[in-house]
Amino acid sequence: MSTQQAEPESQEAPEDPAMKGAESPAADEQTGGGMVDDHAEKRAELEGETVHIKVFRYDPEVEGKQEPRFDDFHVPFEKGMTVLDAVMYARDEYDSSLTFRHSCRQAVCGSDAFFVNGKQRLGCKTQISDLEQPVRIEPLPHQEVVKDLVVDMDHFYDQMHTVEPYFQDEDTPATEDLEEQRQTPENREKIKMSSRCIWCGACMSSCNIAAGDNEYLGPAAINKAYKFAMDDREDEQIKEHRLRILEQEHGVWRCQTQFSCTEVCPKDIPLTEHIQELKREAVKKNLKFW
Amino acid sequence: MSQSYNRGLVEDFGRWKEFSAGMWAWIFHKFTGWVLIGYLFTHIAVLSTSIGGAQGETTMVGGEELNVYTATLQGLEGLFLIRLLEVGLLAVAVFHILNGLRLLMVDLGVGLEAQDKSFYASLVLTGAITVASVPTFLTGVTI
Repeated sequence: MSTQQAEPESQEAPEDPAMKGAESPAADEQTGGGMVDDHAEKRAELEGETVHIKVFRYDPEVEGKQEPRFDDFHVPFEKGMTVLDAVMYARDEYDSSLTFRHSCRQAVCGSDAFFVNGKQRLGCKTQISDLEQPVRIEPLPHQEVVKDLVVDMDHFYDQMHTVEPYFQDEDTPATEDLEEQRQTPENREKIKMSSRCIWCGACMSSCNIAAGDNEYLGPAAINKAYKFAMDDREDEQIKEHRLRILEQEHGVWRCQTQFSCTEVCPKDIPLTEHIQELKREAVKKNLKFW
Repeated sequence: MSQSYNRGLVEDFGRWKEFSAGMWAWIFHKFTGWVLIGYLFTHIAVLSTSIGGAQGETTMVGGEELNVYTATLQGLEGLFLIRLLEVGLLAVAVFHILNGLRLLMVDLGVGLEAQDKSFYASLVLTGAITVASVPTFLTGVTI
């Protein structure tokens, strides 16, 4: 499967002279300089349990790293360790040049979607003990790689903005008459799942159609449109305007119900279901019986 | 979404082992669809011999004068390969019909959470019907 195997010298990154920031755990022990996580290392020594991860490496700006490869890291295992924890450990302890996005570590910010063992997953939400070793960690497919696990998200964000992902109201009352716009509990329930999107891009990356059609809005953007189109508080004309965007050639009709997006969504949003519902809405809008 | 370099088999059919039920359903549906279109042409070609047949055209088969349409059909049905292909054709058509019903349900928004199960059900049912059809298709033919 993997096309680039790590060369022998790049295994256990510290041996690679190009990696200035890398420190090996063995060196740490000798110098007594293991400041960062002594505890974890000692426990690993005691238990001897490590996780083998293979991380995709690529850096177009550094000569010698322009050829994509996989680096192997053996990370001490801790109960509850996630994929993100493992790559963070590898970065902090072994190779500080290892690059990836992460922020909240609790599946809210949506920065750390990786391609883990052949599936788009959120690093912080994936228990490493659930995975087969060695755990292969790659950047999201179908997006340009900037460096290591970091991909270019511009196109994804562009598609998200195409569907005008904000509440619109044609006749907003004067400032003094402004009041809370209430939503019925039923309507809230209807759009609840769609509002859970964290813009991680896993669905878009898993979509076979989006891979071959750059103009396709993609599951995330259509789901975002669903959230607003199904919101009762928006006017009928605005809903029609939204459907006009969605029913275009590269809108909802590109979806071929492969269910890949629904399969990988870390927030369990029924994406295909939402796309299908918008297809029906689009048909209903255009059907005329006279 | 273009690639800055070739990432090899990461994102094409080389990943087939990682495909999920919905993806396989899509691939099989496309494949069976194309097979059925291909069959349509051979079907028309065979049926078109009935034009000559209706006008009384005949051909000599093994020293016997036969209607051209009858001769074509008998000739084809006498071939073991054709009988085998017919079993295959049935399998392809049955799967396409069953998965078509599944897609209809998906389009209507019915049971989307069970879409993988309905795909497996289509597969199992296709297999059962195909196996059950073998005696009918393969009787009276010599290899």
